[in-house]
Amino acid sequence: MSRRDALLQLVTLALVVAGIGWLIANVADNLDRQNIASGFGFLNERAGFGISQTLIDYDEDDSYRQVLIIGLLNTLLVSVLGIIFASVLGFLLGVGRLSRNWLISKIAMVYIEIFRNVPLLLQIMFWYFGVLRNLPSPRQAINIGDVMFLSNRGFALPSVSFMDGAGFYGLALLAIIVTAIGLRRRARKLFLATGQIVAFWKPLGIVSLAVLLLAGAVAGLPFAADIPSLRGFNFRGGMSVIPEFVALLLALSLYTAAFIAEIVRAGIMSVYQGQREAAAALGLSHNRALSLVVIPQSLRVIIPPLTSQYLNLTKNSSLAVAIAYPDIVSVFAGTTLTQVGQAIEIIFITMMVYLLLSLLTSWAMNRYNARIALVGQN
Amino acid sequence: MSATWQPKPARPAPTHVVGVWGWMRQNLFATPGDVLLTIIAALALYYTIDVVFHWAIIDASFSGTDRTACLKEVQGACWPFIEAKFGQFIYGRYPEAERWRVDLVYLIGFVGLVPLLVPQIGWKRANVIFMLGPFPIFAFLMLTGGAFGLVAVETTDWGGLLVTLVVAITGIVASLPLGILLALGRRSEMSIVRSLCIGFIEIFRGVPLITVLFMASVMLPLFLPDGVNFDKLMRCLIGVALFSSAYMAEVIRGGLQAIPKGQYEAAAALGLGYWRVTGLVVLPQALKMTIPGIVNTFIGLFKDTTLVLIVGLFDLLGIVQFHFTDASWATPETHITGYVFAAFVFWVFCFAMSRYSIFMENRLSTDRD
Repeated sequence: MSRRDALLQLVTLALVVAGIGWLIANVADNLDRQNIASGFGFLNERAGFGISQTLIDYDEDDSYRQVLIIGLLNTLLVSVLGIIFASVLGFLLGVGRLSRNWLISKIAMVYIEIFRNVPLLLQIMFWYFGVLRNLPSPRQAINIGDVMFLSNRGFALPSVSFMDGAGFYGLALLAIIVTAIGLRRRARKLFLATGQIVAFWKPLGIVSLAVLLLAGAVAGLPFAADIPSLRGFNFRGGMSVIPEFVALLLALSLYTAAFIAEIVRAGIMSVYQGQREAAAALGLSHNRALSLVVIPQSLRVIIPPLTSQYLNLTKNSSLAVAIAYPDIVSVFAGTTLTQVGQAIEIIFITMMVYLLLSLLTSWAMNRYNARIALVGQN
Repeated sequence: MSATWQPKPARPAPTHVVGVWGWMRQNLFATPGDVLLTIIAALALYYTIDVVFHWAIIDASFSGTDRTACLKEVQGACWPFIEAKFGQFIYGRYPEAERWRVDLVYLIGFVGLVPLLVPQIGWKRANVIFMLGPFPIFAFLMLTGGAFGLVAVETTDWGGLLVTLVVAITGIVASLPLGILLALGRRSEMSIVRSLCIGFIEIFRGVPLITVLFMASVMLPLFLPDGVNFDKLMRCLIGVALFSSAYMAEVIRGGLQAIPKGQYEAAAALGLGYWRVTGLVVLPQALKMTIPGIVNTFIGLFKDTTLVLIVGLFDLLGIVQFHFTDASWATPETHITGYVFAAFVFWVFCFAMSRYSIFMENRLSTDRD
C-alpha cells in the first residue's frame, strides 16, 4: 500500500470519526434540552396497551420487554408461514411457466407479471381494506360447511382440544418420525453402497398404522373438536385468526411467489438439455431424471437468490404497520415509541432484531447451500 | 437415358401436428394429464375473466358526482370516484392555479427522457448533462417556487403521482453514483475504506426500508444541531437514496467481479491510473453487464416509494388511501376501485421499465457477438 493510500485512509477515518462524534454531541444536546430519558430502563416499565394477537400470555400490565417479544414472535409467525406458502406457490408457478401446456404457461406468466409489478404495500392494503374488511359482519358471516366462518372480524376456524391421554398420540408421532429418519438413512446408505432401491413408504405406512392403533388401544380418542359458534356479536370457541394476519400473509405469499417463480424457472433452465437426455439414455424415468439429475443441479442455482427472497419477505413483513398487524415494527417501533418517546433506543433495537434475523437466515441457507453444492460435485 | 433422379415430393405433415387442431394437440392436449390440466385452467380462467369483466364494466358505474352513483343492487367498480379525484391523485394538494408548473416539469422531463432512451438518437452526452444538471435545478425551482414571481408551494402540499415520481427519480439518480462508489469501496484494497463500505452496505441491506424511513423521520432531527431542520420530504429522500444505494452497490459489485483480471492488468500496463482504469475500462463493461440488475433495483425502488405513506407523506397510494375517508364517496366498492386504479398506474411504470431493460439487454448482448 502506498503512502498516499495510507494517508487517504487516515483522512477518511478521521472524517468519519469526527462526523459520528458531531452527531453524538448533537444527540446528547438535543436529548438534554428536550428532557428525553435515555438508556434501556424503559423496557421494564408497564406497557398498558392491549395487543390483538399474542402467541404467549400477555396483558396490559406486562412490560415493554414482553411487547418486544410478542412483536418479534408475530413477525416470525407471519414470515415463516409466508416463506412456506410462497415457496410452494412459487415452485408451482415456476414449473408451470416452463410447462409444455401453453395455457398453463401463459397463466403463470400473467400471474408473475401482475404480482411482481404492483407494490407490496398496495397489495397488502388491497386485501385488508378492499377485501377482508368488506366481508359481512359476524351475524351474516360466510358459512363454510357450518365449521368455518369468514367475517370482517377475521376467520373463525375449528380447533382441536386435547384431553387426558393425548400424550400417547404425541409419543406415537415421535415414534413415526424416528422410524422415518431411520428408514431414510438406511435406504440412502444401501443405495449409495449397492445401488439398490429400498422400499421406504410401505414400511413407514405399516409402522405408522401399527403405532397409531396401539395409541388408540391404550388411550382411546382423547380429542374434541371445538367448533366456533355465533354468540352475540362475535364468534366463540374454535380458533380465531385476525384479518390483519390473513391479509398480510396472503399479500406476502402471493407477491414473493412471483419472484420465486422466476428464480425457479431460471434455475431449471440453467440445467443443460444434455443432462436430461443423458439421464433418459441411462434409462431413468422422467420423474427419476427430474428428482435425481435436474433438480439437484438447479437447486445450486436456485438457493442463493431464494435466500435473498426469504430475507426480503421477512423484512417486508414490517409493512404490517400499515394495517396494524401487531408485528415488531407496529407494536414496538410504533406504539411503544409513541408512548415512551425514546426513538434512538427503540429504532436501534428494532434494526438489530432485523439484522439478527437476516444473519440467522443467511447462515441457515448458506449451510444448506454448502451441503447441496458438495453433493452436486460428487 | 436422360432421366434425372427426381425426389418424391415430401409427404404432408401428419394431420395431428398441423393447423389449429394440431397446435392444440401438441400444446394443450398432449397427454391425458395435460387434458385435465387444460380443462381445469380454462375453467379457472373463464371464472376469473367473468368476475373481472362484470366488476370492471358490466356492473360498474361510469358517471355521477357522489356516492349515490355507486350504490346499485349489484355494484361493480365505482369509476366516477377516480374521475372526481383524478386531479388530487396526480398533483395532491398542489394549488390548482399552479398545476401548470407540474405539467411543465413533466413535459420537459418527458421530452428530455425519450431521446435518452431511444438508442438511435444521438447527442447522448449533452442529453445526460441536461438531465442531470439544468433539469433538476429547473424542476426544483418550478415545483417549490418562491422565486421569479412564482408562488411558493410547500412540499406538504405536494402529493399523488408527483411525490411518487419525485421520490423515485431522486432515489434512482442518487443511488446509482452512490452505489458505484460503495461498490468500488467494497473492492478497494484500502482496509478502512473497505470495512466502512461493507458496514454501510450490510446494515442497510439487513433492515427493512420502513425502519430506515422511521429513522429519517423520527431520529434524524435528533442528530442535527438545534434549529437545523429539513423538510420531511427531504428526509425521506435521503433515507430512500441511502437505502437503495446499498442494494445498487451489491448489484454493481457483481458486475465488477465478473470483469476478468486481465482487463485490469492490461489497462494498468497501458499506464492508466486507478480512476482511468475504473472509468474507461472496468465500469463501462461492468455496468453494461448489470443492466438487468440495475433496472430491477430501480423497479424495486419505484414500488418502495409507497412506503413513504407510513411516515405521513401522500404519494399516489397515500393520497388514494386518504380520499377513502371522504364521506361523500363512501361506498363498499370505493376501496377496491381506488386500489385497482393505483395498482394499474404502478404496474404500467414497472412493466415498462422491465420491458425496456429486456430490450436494452438484447441490444447490448448482440453487440458482443
